[in-house]
Amino acid sequence: MSDGAKAAVLHGALIAALFALHFVLPAYHHGNLARVMVLATYAMGYNLLFGYTGLLSLGHAMFFAAGMYGMALPVTHLGWAPGPALLSGLAAGALLSLVAGALALRTVGVAFLIVTLMFAQAVYLTVLYFAEWTNADDGLVLQRAERVLWGLDLSDAGVRYLAALVLFSVCLVLSLWLVRRPFGKVLIAIRENEARAEMLGYDVFAHKLGAVVASGTMSAAAGAAYGLLFGYAGASFAGVQYSILPLLWVLLGGAGTVIGPFLGALFTFYLIDITSGFTTAYMAVVGVVLIALTLFAPQGIGGEIRRRVWRGLP
Amino acid sequence: MRLPGRAAAGNVAGMEFGPYLMLATLEGAVTAAVLALTAVGLSLVFGIMRVVNVAHGEFFMLGAVLAWWVASWFGGHAAIGFVAAAVLAPLLVGALAALADVTVLKRVDYDPERTIVVTIGLLYVIQQVVLMTYGPEARPVEPPFNARLALPWVEWGESGPALYWPWGLSTTSYKLFVIGAAAVVLAAVWLLMRHTRIGLVLRATQMDGEMAQVFGIPVERVYAFTFGLGAALAALGAVLIVPIQQAHYLMGGDPLLLSFIVVIIGGLGSLPGTVVAALLIGLSDGIISVFFSPTLAKILATLLVALVLVFRPQGLFGTRAA
Repeated sequence: MSDGAKAAVLHGALIAALFALHFVLPAYHHGNLARVMVLATYAMGYNLLFGYTGLLSLGHAMFFAAGMYGMALPVTHLGWAPGPALLSGLAAGALLSLVAGALALRTVGVAFLIVTLMFAQAVYLTVLYFAEWTNADDGLVLQRAERVLWGLDLSDAGVRYLAALVLFSVCLVLSLWLVRRPFGKVLIAIRENEARAEMLGYDVFAHKLGAVVASGTMSAAAGAAYGLLFGYAGASFAGVQYSILPLLWVLLGGAGTVIGPFLGALFTFYLIDITSGFTTAYMAVVGVVLIALTLFAPQGIGGEIRRRVWRGLP
Repeated sequence: MRLPGRAAAGNVAGMEFGPYLMLATLEGAVTAAVLALTAVGLSLVFGIMRVVNVAHGEFFMLGAVLAWWVASWFGGHAAIGFVAAAVLAPLLVGALAALADVTVLKRVDYDPERTIVVTIGLLYVIQQVVLMTYGPEARPVEPPFNARLALPWVEWGESGPALYWPWGLSTTSYKLFVIGAAAVVLAAVWLLMRHTRIGLVLRATQMDGEMAQVFGIPVERVYAFTFGLGAALAALGAVLIVPIQQAHYLMGGDPLLLSFIVVIIGGLGSLPGTVVAALLIGLSDGIISVFFSPTLAKILATLLVALVLVFRPQGLFGTRAA
């Protein structure tokens, strides 16, 4: 079987399994998995930049929040329907990532991390500053009537799960397609050796900017969907913690693998879910896992699969 | 850093502009003093080890929390507890940081990006362990002395300039002590770097770590010492501020962000630049947030700093790029 066919089978099987779980999971885990799929979409967006292009951003929460507020603000204040609101969320994410990317990509290395962190902090503070519209920490709650997309009531658990699955599958296939195209190969070349990619005549800046926009827009799609599916947009989603979490998910699941973000998000979600049953200080687990991963398994789960089972894992 | 003067500012709403500005400047000077200590710690670590320590704010927080512990352990007169805290808290925090360097940072080879990831991990571990043990309350440490000092202002009356004491224009002896103590410690750090053998070794490592190693400098131990020293300076800054601002497990966020801003504006790794920038940021934070919304001031400051990094990566005063 060729690598392409193997990849199609593997990722198709994941989607099929998630669809099958819709019918068998108990209500609690059913709800959790819907959430994990949306968060995994966010992680896939992050992975495009971090895993495939080798650019470490500490500010992705700004894209997630741009999608979330780009969707929720028009719904709340302008009475938009969810369909156009989703598109405006995507547009907000694309625009922000274009501007932030064009500026931040002028820096390299550690400065890039700090600049993205600072931009995200500015976005977070802006959300707090315009509390009149955003309701700051209390956030915007979307009513049931505002969440009916093309006649589908997204506040219904079953519909919500399937909508999350559609979003996840589309972004999974999109990621797979992107990294197997020449554009994706150039991104990987930049990650491996930027100077050499430049010498070969590729426009490194344009490719990196393309990666930031693709990554930011996918993160924004996850943010908009999260707000719509769970009926809430709050300032905490713009905070620094939501910039760190996708990094953790991707590191854990395996940076630079299409399937990794989902594995990382799933594992972390249940780890935090179980820990928070014992203590309020559940973020300590996040810290320990981050340190342990960096020290002992920098390639994550996906990296281990690639090393031991299948070298061609995309 | 939450501005210590913001509570005081409410009392002086009726005050005239001149005295008001003087009060804001004094409060800003306290912020600047503590910020300078914290930022110099971050700058030393960046300059010598070439790594960004995201857990720096948590070392600050740990200094404040340990100060509360030590002070309440000793009891007796407030001065005994305070002095014990000022000695023990930085030592303990420094030792902990050196331990983290040897067990974690050394093992990722001080790779810039992986160091950031592990120090983020360290940030959460320290913060949450403090939450588990110390709890979510904010607790004060009693200042060793706290006399209220009224300040005069000059007014032009009918018979020429005359001094008068506007109501509400005052500071405390402790706040003046904070400014003085920070200046002494900064001078000591400068002497250490410039005029001692340790400083020579540190500067050699800063210039070229590999070459220093070749010349027999134990670079690994230098790194552990530097990381400990940087954390101890942050902890000392926290011990100084904790009688004015209470110890809380989430208090590390603002010092981290402000220290970043200071170190970037001052030029990464440049000590004099860092101190100048700390004065600039501390004072303007004090003055700006008296006249504008603090959130708006923070948004503008954050964006400004990001743009400085984008368009002038060597900082406003520095000469070397990040």
